[in-house]
Amino acid sequence: MRAKKAKKSRAGPAAMTVVVMRLYIADAAPNSVKAIANLEAICKEHLPGAFKLEIVDVLEFPLRALADGVLVTPHLAKLSPSPAAKIIGNLSDRSNVLHALGIKQ
Amino acid sequence: MFGIEQKEAYFLRCHGSMAHPLPKIPTGIGGFDELSRGGLPQHRTTLLKGGPGSGKTVFALQSLVNAVRKRREPGIFVAFEESTSQLIANAASFDWGLAALAKNKLFFLDAKLSPEIVRSGEFDLTGMLAILKAKKEEIGARWIVFDGIDVLLTLLQNPVAEMREIYRIRDWLADNDVNAAIITAKMDGDGSGIVNYGFMQFMVDCVIRFERRLEHGVALHRLEITKYRGSDFIAGEYPVSFGPSGMEVGAPEPAEIRQVASGERVSAGFERLDTMLGGGLFRGSSTLITGVPGTSKTTLAGKFVEAACRRGERTLFVSFDEGADRIARNLTSVGIHLKPHVKSGLLRMYSGRTESVGAEDQLLKLKGLIREHRPRCMVIDPLSAIGKTGGIAAARAVANRFIYLAKDEKITVMVTAINEGDEPETETTDLQISTIADTWIHLSYLIRSGERNRALTIIKSRGTWHSNQVRELVLSNAGPMLADVYTAGGEVLMGTLRWEKEGEERAKTVQRRAEFEHKRGELQTAEADTHARIKALQQDLARQRAELAMYSSDNQARIVSSSDREQELRRIRSADPARKSSSGNSGNRDRKGARDAR
Repeated sequence: MRAKKAKKSRAGPAAMTVVVMRLYIADAAPNSVKAIANLEAICKEHLPGAFKLEIVDVLEFPLRALADGVLVTPHLAKLSPSPAAKIIGNLSDRSNVLHALGIKQ
Repeated sequence: MFGIEQKEAYFLRCHGSMAHPLPKIPTGIGGFDELSRGGLPQHRTTLLKGGPGSGKTVFALQSLVNAVRKRREPGIFVAFEESTSQLIANAASFDWGLAALAKNKLFFLDAKLSPEIVRSGEFDLTGMLAILKAKKEEIGARWIVFDGIDVLLTLLQNPVAEMREIYRIRDWLADNDVNAAIITAKMDGDGSGIVNYGFMQFMVDCVIRFERRLEHGVALHRLEITKYRGSDFIAGEYPVSFGPSGMEVGAPEPAEIRQVASGERVSAGFERLDTMLGGGLFRGSSTLITGVPGTSKTTLAGKFVEAACRRGERTLFVSFDEGADRIARNLTSVGIHLKPHVKSGLLRMYSGRTESVGAEDQLLKLKGLIREHRPRCMVIDPLSAIGKTGGIAAARAVANRFIYLAKDEKITVMVTAINEGDEPETETTDLQISTIADTWIHLSYLIRSGERNRALTIIKSRGTWHSNQVRELVLSNAGPMLADVYTAGGEVLMGTLRWEKEGEERAKTVQRRAEFEHKRGELQTAEADTHARIKALQQDLARQRAELAMYSSDNQARIVSSSDREQELRRIRSADPARKSSSGNSGNRDRKGARDAR
């Protein structure tokens, strides 16, 4: 597991809640690589310091992915705050991602 | 993710060695393994295509179930379209025990993407295939099904991506050796719904097309093998039907008819009918009984069944649109008792519905019944019922196939068919089975002298002498029987006319008997009289003889005494000295000598 974790807020706006997410990828598959890059960019811009991301490599942990209901990759799961959301794809469509994550633009 | 060498190796494995017969793996689906000459290509991929509800999923599931049950080969089912709980619930109508198998031997991956999932950009199947690989290794799966791949491909929304993912699946299959892989895709006949259809065709080794269509309001299912790389197969469209054990394909019968003709005779039901048939029906032959409603076709069939059961032969009585119990009860009124044979297990009575059941389904049902009961004799009453719903052409083909099937199984079969109208020239049935049936008995009503009587005619009976006479069929509580023949003016008399004639005959007999008795009495009297007269005459004779005897001795005495007296006289007169009576003796001698000389 390549965990990129805990980029927590140091001195961000107090109202900002921490968004917990998990991204399922397939090693270095092109879409997976793109998804990581896209998600990082989104977080940097919209959730500076207010997110928690775990990256799970499905090739490494397939049965865990199965248990989590993951089918296709990349797959981004927003775990909290509720409502939970699932996004599939390389996250190139930014507005869809922001909407699903509940981030106002 | 796979090296070029691997792909080439896969292609060589798949397409290189054509010289060897292609190894196949049976699906266990009745009829399909015959059609494909062995089943699906082993270690290869098969594509099932067809419209919704055409049976692709059932085919795939049933193959998986059979693999587990018959060869203990676990499998994976990836469902893109239906949720797995839905799938298992739907399959509960089949006796597969799928819910139990799904616990350990079969793995169902619910690959239906939830509508809540948000899409953002391209995705791929890398992750899913990794999951499947892990699962395959975990349960040791030897079969895999991708059900409804079209749903997944549609989600990709991009022909290039579709192509890429198809490649990915193909590579996965090459890498993860399985006994058989099945991909199902919803598409119409020419595959126009799928952009990469051509490539899909290319990537698989076997393509089976499924179809569901309506004919006269009845759903008909068909399948056709459209491609089978490296193998021959039986081309053409074949009917598919669904029973409690799943799907069955109506595979064609072999083109060559290899039935052995038996010389053994079995009773057609009762003695007089057997006599008319020249000794009964041939074992394994087929008999058609035609007639308008009410001409007691069922009774004749029932009698045939009863006779078979009495011989101890397993028998199957199939009736349509009338309950078996009701038929058994009705037959009791004419002295045919079937219930004891049902109880003993010798006789199986099956009653089917014809409403909205296609002819093909009926045939498969019959096949199933024959397999279960293994009868030696069988009745279908009426066979014409199978043509009631659905196309007549299909019903005809089914009727023919049924007769051939019965012949192959060496079952002596009697089928009834209702024909409309009562013209002997138009005694053909809608199903045109009269041409393939060996024996054809026609029942009709003859109306004469204000009565309707049942008449039985044997129109044909192959390979045997048969009576050409029209006979009256009489029903009584002792069963059906054929009445004695009385003809008058070249016509067989029936009903009251026959009864009158019978009465007349009886009266004549009585009269003749009386006349005879009278004559005999007369003769006896005359005889006695003669005897008496003989006796009297004999007495006369005796008396006359006695008289005669008496008379002759008296005469002798008189002669003797008179000659003595003469000699005495001569002696006294001395006229004749001492001659005694020797003269008479010598005279006798002379006469004798003269007779000898003559």
